[in-house]
Amino acid sequence: MAETMRFEIVSPERLLRDTEVAMVVVPGTDGDFTALPAHAPMMSTLRPGVVEIFAEEGAEGEELFVKGGLAQIGAKGLTILAEEVIALDSVSADDLAQKISDTREDIEDAKDDVERASAEKELAWMTALQDVIAA
Amino acid sequence: MPSLKDLKVRINSVKSTQKITKAMKMVAASKLRRAQEAAEAARPYAERMEKVLAGLGSAVKDQPGASPLLAGTGSDDVQLVIVATSERGLCGGFNTNIVKAARQHISELVAAGKTVKILCIGKKGVGLLRRDYGDLIIDTKDMSGVKKLGFADAQPIAQEVLGMFERGEFDVATLFYAKFQSALVQINTKQQLIPAPIPEAANDDEGDDLAGAIYEYEPSEEAILDDLLPRNVAIQLYRGLLENAASEQGARMTAMDNATRNAGDMIDSLSITYNRTRQANITKELIEIISGAEAL
Repeated sequence: MAETMRFEIVSPERLLRDTEVAMVVVPGTDGDFTALPAHAPMMSTLRPGVVEIFAEEGAEGEELFVKGGLAQIGAKGLTILAEEVIALDSVSADDLAQKISDTREDIEDAKDDVERASAEKELAWMTALQDVIAA
Repeated sequence: MPSLKDLKVRINSVKSTQKITKAMKMVAASKLRRAQEAAEAARPYAERMEKVLAGLGSAVKDQPGASPLLAGTGSDDVQLVIVATSERGLCGGFNTNIVKAARQHISELVAAGKTVKILCIGKKGVGLLRRDYGDLIIDTKDMSGVKKLGFADAQPIAQEVLGMFERGEFDVATLFYAKFQSALVQINTKQQLIPAPIPEAANDDEGDDLAGAIYEYEPSEEAILDDLLPRNVAIQLYRGLLENAASEQGARMTAMDNATRNAGDMIDSLSITYNRTRQANITKELIEIISGAEAL
């Protein structure tokens, strides 16, 4: 049972990964789901979270943090259009904590709803990332 | 008749100009390569986004209550024209061409009685547009601090544009930029950003056609579109800026190549004049000596 499917993850800046994989765990807005080969066609928005990629069955998963985006499962495989992809080892917990407290201040200082909404959105992915690192 | 010394000075000054243009050409060439890579790397995302939108959009577009980003506000009285130009000059007709296209579009809109607002990205466009449409320019984005254009640079601009749209400050947004084809050819492009034009669902033969498959949507078609459309604006803007950056370097490289060649031609012709003058001087001195000796 070495079935695989096509997996692509694209950020606005570049095509990050284009490989054959056995399984991918995707953080959907309505809950995580696992994409396996020959999954029914579906499309889902993503919440900030970790995409876990398993190149083959039983192998160790590779983790990538996405800030949100869209996952599309079609006949060919899974495509993730990510807003931004962050490698987990590229962030330090201290920097992140600093950024989070900055963003919290931004929310308090926000002049209007639009500003507040965008700061809150920032905070959402930062705290999600913090949870992932802490875990 | 300029003196020998004048000629020498001129030749030297043209030579140093040539050195500068040559160096600028080299710099532009290396920057071009990087800009081109960035523009190419951004293509897969935009292409896939387009596919998804084509599939989703055509299904939802005609339904009542579709997002105004897709269906429009129902009027086109207030037009936002976004003109993306470079931050620096010396790039041939690059900025002039973009502005020319934009100006034509603006004058058509003004003639049709629409209200026009102009948003300039890059300061070179401002200088060119200020004279005719100075009072229409609502804002200028300075990109001079940006070394390597990233999505993070395009996003705040897109946010601002979207914010303006939500507040009902305009109905239609159009972006002007130069699409990069090669170092020699840049295509002036006019692209409608809002409402998003729905590309015809392409009939690809790969069997991955969105229209063909029955998709399950999570959370729902509308929710996905609501999430996707604002992002699409940012992506299209980002793509335009990337293409523009590559075009700018291409245009500069060509312009500097021409300048270097012209400087070379000038040096050649100045050298000929210089040599002729020198020869004439020698001949003149010889004649003086000989005629002086004969007179004795």
